[in-house]
Amino acid sequence: MAARAIWKGIIRFEDVAVPVKLYSAIEDRNIRFRLLHRKDRQPISQQLVNPDTDSVVPYGETQRVYRTDEGAEVLITGAELDDVKPAPSRDIEISHFLPREAIDHRWYDRPYYLGPDGDHDAYGSLARALADSDQEGLAHWVMRNKEYFGALRLYQGYPMLMSLRFREQVISVSELQAPKGKPLDKRELDMARQLIGMLEAEFEPQDYQDEYRDRVMKMIERKRKGGRVKPPPKRRKKSSDNIADALEASLRGAGHGQKAAKAKKRQ
Amino acid sequence: MARKPPKQKNDSERNQEAHQPRPFWSGIIAFGLVSLPVSLFPANRGRPVTLSMSDDQGNRLRRRYFNGGRDHMLEREDIVRGYPIGDDQFVLVEDEELESLAPEKSREIDLRRFVPVDDINPVFFERGYYLAPDSDATKAYRLLAKALEEEQRAGIATFVMRDREYLIAIMSEKGILRAETLRFHDEVRSPQEVGLPDDLNAADKQQVKRIRSAMKARYTKTFDPDWLVEDQVQQLRALVERKLAQHRDVVAEEPEAEEAETDDNVVDLMQVLKERLQGQPNQRGSANGGQVGRKTTGPDELSREELYEQAREKGIRGRSKMNKQDLVEALKKAG
Repeated sequence: MAARAIWKGIIRFEDVAVPVKLYSAIEDRNIRFRLLHRKDRQPISQQLVNPDTDSVVPYGETQRVYRTDEGAEVLITGAELDDVKPAPSRDIEISHFLPREAIDHRWYDRPYYLGPDGDHDAYGSLARALADSDQEGLAHWVMRNKEYFGALRLYQGYPMLMSLRFREQVISVSELQAPKGKPLDKRELDMARQLIGMLEAEFEPQDYQDEYRDRVMKMIERKRKGGRVKPPPKRRKKSSDNIADALEASLRGAGHGQKAAKAKKRQ
Repeated sequence: MARKPPKQKNDSERNQEAHQPRPFWSGIIAFGLVSLPVSLFPANRGRPVTLSMSDDQGNRLRRRYFNGGRDHMLEREDIVRGYPIGDDQFVLVEDEELESLAPEKSREIDLRRFVPVDDINPVFFERGYYLAPDSDATKAYRLLAKALEEEQRAGIATFVMRDREYLIAIMSEKGILRAETLRFHDEVRSPQEVGLPDDLNAADKQQVKRIRSAMKARYTKTFDPDWLVEDQVQQLRALVERKLAQHRDVVAEEPEAEEAETDDNVVDLMQVLKERLQGQPNQRGSANGGQVGRKTTGPDELSREELYEQAREKGIRGRSKMNKQDLVEALKKAG
């Protein structure tokens, strides 16, 4: 079933205008509970309260407090907040084009697919131009009163807007220093690399299931039918203090595991 | 998954939370039989500007839960999770029931598979973390970092914490271990599921040419993070500067210098990371040099979630109804 578009906009740069629809590329699979009042099992609601007096303040009467880095606090009124709200617009402005992957994935936040909004030719041409040039764009747009930056790039051949984190939000590895210590033992490093080699696999996203989510759903089903819930057994694992010994033992263990896996494959 | 509301917090607790970066997870990375005690710190900070809700006097407001009739404020113990099964019917689910489903391995991330780093499409990446060694014995950490980097592999594992199962990729860069939590495959939609057109080749040659020349006009070689600044933030900062200069709407003055040091213990995430990577575990981390998975920190310094976790391990009853202070007391009593 086709997904519903969450927003419509127009990709713009120079004299180019490509009307598009945005779709979330993420499907929220979290189990959605409602919070209930234990007494009557009715859904509860949230209100804003002054904690000193317990009096409720309606949303429309709320103001904001801005706290500076130095600890001063300044009141911002609702009207002032409206003044700094970004102006509504349908434009997805592409300010720069860059070599593909020039925007490091650490800036990536949430992916949105772009689909055509009427003009199929323009959409197809944009996808082709992105593919042929091996480039991606830096996008800026305002969606539902919120500013976004994004990387306009292809995913499985389709144009995607990957929203980006803001400048202050990402801690770059270049700002940090790796732990220091005595030079590593070559034999240990070789064994570590060997162990990684033995446990090598391709990344198959389908291999991983949210088992906890499945268990919670099963429990809910059982409770619904009036069954009892039994906690699962627990297990522990031994470890060794000596790194070289542990690596050797691991290599032996991984060897067995691999043989077993291969044997299984052959069957 | 809906989280139950946290205990109501007072202002000082709140501020501390905002300014004291805490590890997302502390535990053991198992690499074969080699154990690596580490803490995961977020590689991302919050939004550069956070505005708190207040009344017109500048008093901070709190979100509180009310009953259906909205005339009665509820406490944590009055609230229960319900899974909707249609027509205002719910299956009630208690905290303890959810906990019993979370397996023991939550304290351990077991790396059993290593995949080429480039195999993982970044659409799967959800959130980034840095791994800091939890002891000053950094050999195992450096060994794994070096081996992963040379092999260009990422270790893949799952683990459970706080109501959720996480899929995680651990990789290495410049001697530093970092992690990305990954979305599960059924959380990333395919273009077909979204209903995007099959005939992507509907490209018009002339139009492609025109688009490409427009792209050229905006081409630049390198990315500059300074592009990623919101107008709104800049405007807000300017407004606040004006108000401060005019002493207008200032509800709290900047604290005096000494007061700021003792009172408001602001530690940047970066600072914590720098220290921890150099083997200077702060007071919250385990200062017990490599002893595995056991914290020596006093209960007063821990967050409610950490305390709750300890209470769970010790089997303290009624823990889900306890606030932070109750948990501290109960843990002290339990020894």
